[in-house]
Amino acid sequence: MSDKTNTPPVGPASKDGSERWNQTLRDITGGSAMISILAVFVALVVGAILIAFTNEGVQETAGYFFSRPTDLLQAVWDAVAGAYSALFQGAIYNFRADNFLTAIRPLTETLTFATPLIAAGLGVGLAFRVGMFNIGGRGQMLIAAGAAGWVAFAVELPAGIHLIVAILAGLLGGAIWGGIVGLLKARTGAHEVIVTIMLNFVALYLIQFLLRTPGALQAPGSNNPKTPAMLPTAVFPDLFGPRYNLHAGFLTVIAATIFVWWLLDRSNLGFQFRAVGQNPNAARVAGINVKNVYMYAMAISGALVGLAGVNQVLGTLTSGFSSGIDAGIGFDAITVALLGRSRPWGIFAAGILFGAFKAGGFAMQAAEGVPIDIVVVVQALIVLFIAAPPLVRAMFHLPTPGTTRKPRIHSVKVRTSNEVVAK
Amino acid sequence: MSTLTESAAPVPASAPIVKPTAQIRSWKIPITFGGIAVLSLLLFVVLGRGQRGDLSTFRLSEARDLIQLPEVALPTFATGVFVAIVLVLMAAASATLVYRHRKVPIVLTILFALLFLIGFLAWAASGSTIPVPGLLIGTVTLSAPLIFGALGGVLSERAGVVNVAIEAQLLAGAFSSAVVASATGNPYLGLLAAMVAGALVSMVLAAFALKYLVDQVIVGVVLNVLVIGLTSFLYSQVLAPSATLNSPDVFSRLNIPLLSEIPIIGPVLFRQTIIVYAMYVAVAVVYFGLFRTKWGLRVRAVGEHPQAADTVGINVNRTRFVAVTLGGVISGFGGAYFTLGAVGAFNKEMTNGMGFIALAAVIFGQWHPIKATLAALLFGFATNLQNVLGIIGSPVPSEFMLMLPYVVTIFAVAGFVGRSRAPAADGKPYIK
Repeated sequence: MSDKTNTPPVGPASKDGSERWNQTLRDITGGSAMISILAVFVALVVGAILIAFTNEGVQETAGYFFSRPTDLLQAVWDAVAGAYSALFQGAIYNFRADNFLTAIRPLTETLTFATPLIAAGLGVGLAFRVGMFNIGGRGQMLIAAGAAGWVAFAVELPAGIHLIVAILAGLLGGAIWGGIVGLLKARTGAHEVIVTIMLNFVALYLIQFLLRTPGALQAPGSNNPKTPAMLPTAVFPDLFGPRYNLHAGFLTVIAATIFVWWLLDRSNLGFQFRAVGQNPNAARVAGINVKNVYMYAMAISGALVGLAGVNQVLGTLTSGFSSGIDAGIGFDAITVALLGRSRPWGIFAAGILFGAFKAGGFAMQAAEGVPIDIVVVVQALIVLFIAAPPLVRAMFHLPTPGTTRKPRIHSVKVRTSNEVVAK
Repeated sequence: MSTLTESAAPVPASAPIVKPTAQIRSWKIPITFGGIAVLSLLLFVVLGRGQRGDLSTFRLSEARDLIQLPEVALPTFATGVFVAIVLVLMAAASATLVYRHRKVPIVLTILFALLFLIGFLAWAASGSTIPVPGLLIGTVTLSAPLIFGALGGVLSERAGVVNVAIEAQLLAGAFSSAVVASATGNPYLGLLAAMVAGALVSMVLAAFALKYLVDQVIVGVVLNVLVIGLTSFLYSQVLAPSATLNSPDVFSRLNIPLLSEIPIIGPVLFRQTIIVYAMYVAVAVVYFGLFRTKWGLRVRAVGEHPQAADTVGINVNRTRFVAVTLGGVISGFGGAYFTLGAVGAFNKEMTNGMGFIALAAVIFGQWHPIKATLAALLFGFATNLQNVLGIIGSPVPSEFMLMLPYVVTIFAVAGFVGRSRAPAADGKPYIK
């Protein structure tokens, strides 16, 4: 549960596959916060190099580098600092705004972008804790969005109840789509990675079909594969008035985070989840029904990812959606969960960080012309570095945790004595 | 889905001791057959098309073929009824076989699939013509990147490294082949660049998986994201503003003299681009390399039982590294199909999930190069069938046709079609 379980990956026991997987998860979940910070730093540096290399000003000044080298350095600085300061101002606080209420708007944008990321990240992280890998975020989000969206625009209910019913429909949709995976894994041993990938495509084509079928999800009287706008009774209210995009969906995500924390750390089912995640064989011997755990875990995971889809259709894009509603969040969620070390509040923080990247990325693209794809690169690098603590440690000459410090002291002693001898 | 019949009745003390025999009857095949038979009864008979005597025509030759085969016209409804009845009989036969503890022969499965396919095509093409050569040519062309990806995956996974990064390898190959072929004006250098790019992605995978012992699925997924981000970034920043960096020459189709004039097979196999011809070579080489050479034996040993391999003096991690890198070379080459074989320019995320389908083909094909190739061909066929039916007006919504390969894969993985067993040490790093 804490940072102390980070043992070096050696020993005969770790040759086994599930052991290995657990070790990796432990590395991810149990590594020091230092590794995370350094990983973010290194990823930003690599991003800076990419920005600098592809910048026109830099390429121009590189042509006469030897006559005026400072020009190149200046151009590199301008490109990188411009991009990253635009990223910051688009994500946290806009210094150029006239008053505080406008200047703080980027932060609310960050939270808006973070909302679905956190929800989906919780889903993926929960599956991680049970030792499963849910790459099916896209499918689960699409099905949830379809279900919630249909209730939101086609069913007329009183305000309040309508919103709740729509949310529940979405959660159910996600739970079913995730539950299929758990069921297949439990009953037939089908690998969840393959099944989730396949179900992503099945969901995509299913939603595309429904979106162009009148009477299903398509807006009446339209030929576009798009739904009508959600009814106002089913839309998340704005949290701070119409000036900001942040909607009450953020509250549902906070609730979901608390729920997952309670589920994993305080409930009986969560204990079973963690036991199966640590070692399914031991859990089976201890009398836990591992098959049921797989099914429940994938259903809950799917419902959480579904919450992300619900937030998209009822909060962010209420004017009707098309098959791109998932916006890649299902895949971003994997990186969010990895960065958050599969801990509910860690995922919450990681979701806000990636939300900031996303909000800032759009601002950076608009202001500096740096494509938002650089943000994807930085995010992937962060996770890659976090997943490989030895690499980051090697880069910064950090000591390996778990090894005693005696050898170092010893070597220092030897060196000093040598020095004494030399003197 | 299998029932376990144990004849372990209480044995009287005086009776001779009989060892309890456990016999496993697998009802998967009869259940699958039965489901499909019921489906065909529904489609071809209850919802049968062409009851007023419409014909479904199969065109077997292209206009420019030397040897012209006649068109085959089948009465739609009668064909459907006939196929449905035979399918029901075959399902019953398989059930009887299983009931008698006999195996369902593979020939029956193949016949069943073929018959259903003919019935379906006849049903779908009611009153119109299906160009059979066109259907099959497109199948081979569309399968090419899948087959390359699947071969790369097979090579890597046979050595014990899970390769989820096929998508990244294909995309990296597509990107670098477009850039290099445009910059040098030589598409063959583009192919080389594609191989190098695929190998680089593989080396990152291998380094993280083998040296830093990161979970291989995680590295694969992250690599996919990384390469998607990187190529999209470079595309927006470098390729899109420049007119010259993203316009490679596209390989045209090369007719192989003589061979390309064989009816049906000729146009399908021997009127393709050089990338497809390279694919034939790649399939043969990977099969031969894995199963007929000393090196292949070592690769498989390292993937099945690394300790044993290590004991006899095989360097496990080096063998794995080489196999994974070679896999990347092959997958990267397949990426060139997208730019040099088809579209003629790189686009953001142009592989569009093909790498994941290739991964599915690896599993569907039971980690065997030939079977994986067949699985990839099946996916290519389903995709192209959807294209062809789209042109002649399909009675099935195109989305459901597009869904088909994925649904089939889920069934395959869930064990209806056949047991898929990964190499024993797949995904497990070897630590001495």
